[in-house]
Amino acid sequence: MKQEAFEARYADAWAELEQWIVLLSAGRRKLTSSVDRGKIGREMPARYRQVCHHLSLARARRYSIGLQQRLNRLALDGHQHLYRARTPVFSAILRFIIIGFPQAFRRQWRYMLAATLLFYLPIAGMALAVQIEPELIYSLVDPGQVAQMEDMYDPANRVLGRERESEKDVVMFGFYIMNNIGVGFRTFAGGLLFGIGSIFFLCFNGLYFGAIASHLTSAGYTETFWSFVSGHSAFELTAIAIFGAAGLMLGMGALAPGRKVRWQSIRDRALDSMPLVYGGTGMLVAAAFVEAFWSSTTWPPVGLKYMVGAVLWILTGLYFGLMGRSEP
Amino acid sequence: MLLDTTHNIATPEGVELRLPVAGLGARSMAWLLDALIKLAALVVASMVLPFLGDLGQGLWLIAFFVLLWLYNVVFEVLNHGATPGKKTLGLKVMNANGTPVGWSGSIIRNLIRFVDTLPGCYAFGCVAVLLSKDFQRLGDLAAGTIVVYEDKGHAGSAIGDTDAVAVKVPLTLDEQQAIVGFGERASRLNRDRAEELAGLMTPVFGEVDADRLRSHAAWLVGGERNQ
Repeated sequence: MKQEAFEARYADAWAELEQWIVLLSAGRRKLTSSVDRGKIGREMPARYRQVCHHLSLARARRYSIGLQQRLNRLALDGHQHLYRARTPVFSAILRFIIIGFPQAFRRQWRYMLAATLLFYLPIAGMALAVQIEPELIYSLVDPGQVAQMEDMYDPANRVLGRERESEKDVVMFGFYIMNNIGVGFRTFAGGLLFGIGSIFFLCFNGLYFGAIASHLTSAGYTETFWSFVSGHSAFELTAIAIFGAAGLMLGMGALAPGRKVRWQSIRDRALDSMPLVYGGTGMLVAAAFVEAFWSSTTWPPVGLKYMVGAVLWILTGLYFGLMGRSEP
Repeated sequence: MLLDTTHNIATPEGVELRLPVAGLGARSMAWLLDALIKLAALVVASMVLPFLGDLGQGLWLIAFFVLLWLYNVVFEVLNHGATPGKKTLGLKVMNANGTPVGWSGSIIRNLIRFVDTLPGCYAFGCVAVLLSKDFQRLGDLAAGTIVVYEDKGHAGSAIGDTDAVAVKVPLTLDEQQAIVGFGERASRLNRDRAEELAGLMTPVFGEVDADRLRSHAAWLVGGERNQ
């Protein structure tokens, strides 16, 4: 068949598929209002296969490049619409919180364990080291920052009414979102470098936190510091460990691909780690909320602050230990 | 095609789709445009948000976070694979199997962007783009995505109004396709270039000019107006 005859015979079919694709791309709202919806659903797969067939024919018969490109584009558009992944967002999010996240946490328990150790051992080690040799803190944190921290948590300053006004809470909320989630994302992404980036961020943040906590405790600022941290600690520390675990998964994919091609192994691990990234992000948003609007308050008695902190730790433990054990 | 920058996708329907992948230059330009857009957005936010006081300051920090980490994700997933910068340069992101990029794929490629920027100036990313087969940076490789030129759309074959003149000599399929290809492009070539290209067919036809070759092309695709 000559090319022009071929084009003339199927022009209407191609034009119709092109029109359907325009309608589908325009979005769901336009589509529902149009009567064509049922027809598109019924006929589009067959029409798409027909166009694929025409593309093969056009290539085999060496029809012009222009025609081949048009059919290639049409087939590609059809392919993109037919094989699009569709998920209802809200029920998926709910399902993820109730079932998916805690299950992923338990499924990746080896990585969680490794990340937790890589984070908490430096905390404990540095805290102990600073108790024994107080000068050690200056090897990690510069003196200006130490002074600033001391100023922030000095009980004398608090009594003198230097608590930041509540309007500043929302500024701090924005800051915690930007800073903490950024740290989480970098801890995850750094894992691609054979896990080194994740290990670095876990250890560094652990050492830093251990040094500050130990220093402020021995300076006698116990109540102001620990009552501030206790509220959001459960969410924030756990989330950092979770991002670390996700990064270690990437690193393991690069280090030990097994029978897969290395990048394929990384891709598979990356997809497996996504529940941890989503969940960790959610936890850091929650942590930022608690840190900005609860931890900074000074009206509650210190005992209540510790209690809230303890309750949140218990709830976090119960959530990851028990949720999603049986399908609802 | 011996050396080419197309990425081929085998579909379940048994046909191969061909996509032109975008190289370092186009992708850098798109990145630069996006960077300018983000900068402009931050400047606007800096001018407007102070009117909201502390709330505005908090919102500014959140806006900064969103622009830094989520700008690309949101546009790639909700805007058919293209950030404004990519759209301007005619680029789009898709999964390597030809399906539209989803949330997970886009988030992976944009979080790993952090590693691509190491140790500075996107050094890792640039090296990866230059070394990988489909011009993928590390984030693309980890997410299984590619950046391709979006097809601007073709009118199909358009040899235009010309008399069809029958070819009297036997032609191979490749020669036929070359002539038809010439016919389609002839209207976009300048006169001298068209004659120069037509001259390449002298070994086949003897002396031949561009108009005559176009007429042959019209006949080859099926014209029968004027034997």
